[in-house]
Amino acid sequence: MQTVKMVVTGPFSSGKTEFIGSVSEIDVVATERKITGTGEKEIKDATTVAMDFGRITVDEDLVLYLFGTPGQKRFDFMWEILSEGMLGFIVMIDSARPETFREARSILQTFRAYAPTPYVVAANKQDMEDAWEIEDMRNALRLDPKVKLLPCVATDLKSVKSVLLELLYSILAEMESGG
Amino acid sequence: MALNGNLRDFTVTQLLNLINLASKTGTLVIEGPNETAQVAFRDGKLAHAMIGRENSGLATILHSGKLLNVSQYRAIQQRAGHVNDKELGLLLINAGYLSQEDILQSLQKNFMGVIRQLFTWVEGFFRFENDKLPPEDQINVRLDLENLIIEGSRQLREWEQLQDEIPSLEMALKFTDRPGADLKNVNLSVEEWRVVSYITPKNKISQIAKATKMDDMEIRRIVYGLIQAGLVEITRPEGAAPALAPDMFPTQDTGEQKSLINRLINRISSI
Ligand SMILES: Nc1nc2c(ncn2[C@@H]2O[C@H](COP(=O)(O)OP(=O)(O)OP(=O)(O)O)[C@@H](O)[C@H]2O)c(=O)[nH]1
Ligand SMILES: [Mg+2]
Repeated sequence: MQTVKMVVTGPFSSGKTEFIGSVSEIDVVATERKITGTGEKEIKDATTVAMDFGRITVDEDLVLYLFGTPGQKRFDFMWEILSEGMLGFIVMIDSARPETFREARSILQTFRAYAPTPYVVAANKQDMEDAWEIEDMRNALRLDPKVKLLPCVATDLKSVKSVLLELLYSILAEMESGG
Repeated sequence: MALNGNLRDFTVTQLLNLINLASKTGTLVIEGPNETAQVAFRDGKLAHAMIGRENSGLATILHSGKLLNVSQYRAIQQRAGHVNDKELGLLLINAGYLSQEDILQSLQKNFMGVIRQLFTWVEGFFRFENDKLPPEDQINVRLDLENLIIEGSRQLREWEQLQDEIPSLEMALKFTDRPGADLKNVNLSVEEWRVVSYITPKNKISQIAKATKMDDMEIRRIVYGLIQAGLVEITRPEGAAPALAPDMFPTQDTGEQKSLINRLINRISSI
């Protein structure tokens, strides 16, 4: 049995658990905790403390694991461990919370420095009324035009699938270019 | 939808950068604790800027730029109240009093002063109103934003924020190939030029710091300014690790690796 993994990262409450939950065939083994800090509690009630864990069985010989990183900064010691041996990573960003973009940039740069693997950026919660437009997000996040920035709604399976596929296409392209 | 938010999360410099990169046309409205600023842009270039409503008329600007003396200024205020800025400008030029160049320079200087003042604002809400331009009767300028952005970025002093923006010094830099990002038109400081001279994807930021004898803080600040101005971007150091890590696949055979990715693609497509 062969296994490969992808990592889903991004700021607090950007939709990582939701994303993995949408495609995983097992219930996401999210290690969720009730939130106690008041500032974060205003945003939502539960946060991921260790990591999310989802699974997609490809065939008898191959399984894909999806790991979600904890969003809160005090867990960032987990990131490097999680990123070891990953096929690629997805950075989830809440398009309607520009106050998280700075942190998103930081997470993105940190992951890029850990591993040379391909990645895509998902502009999540595009269904929300005050979501930023993709091009404004690209500039605010300072993404190179070559980096894939994909509109996403993590609650929608079709949208989640297309983000995963875009990442796989990027990996394939990297292999074909002899990377 | 809207480009809006809080100055605590976006500095004015970052907003200028966004407007510059997207060549936006419209008005950036910033509501500070005491005053409201309105800065207009056309195709990503500064057109007009004012804080509050007063002191933004042409006569006042020319007077504070010492192009009109007190009595001339008073005369205009008293007798030409009904004349709009464009008309006043034309009158002054036709009277051989000032050149068009004088007027435009004076306005530019004033608008840049407004932006510099905005750099000190840390509280407030901003929104960008697409396509909204200043009234027809005001005189606009056309000023590249790069220099202002570089200037504003130099003021970012907070260590923590710099650390966030550039978490790893083990990455390299390269020049952007964005049209219009031209180093020749940007007023760089001596330190910035020294850093620029070492930029190639072969050099890590840490190596540039060593070569230029800068500490982590200094190099981050300078690199941040160059990134903000859209001149450089962070890239993986060339010649370091290959673009794909060896441990990401359970097999080292490239044929098998490709088959594995294709199986993943088929599986996910079929969900
Ligand atoms: N409208 C909308 N809501 C979303 C979307 N994705 C996630 N949410 C909601 O946003 C909230 C946060 O989502 P989570 O999946 O818990 O976010 P997370 O990134 O795992 O959060 P942490 O683990 O705490 O960092 C939840 O209430 C989700 O239901 C989306 O695409 N659209
Ligand atoms: Mg979570």
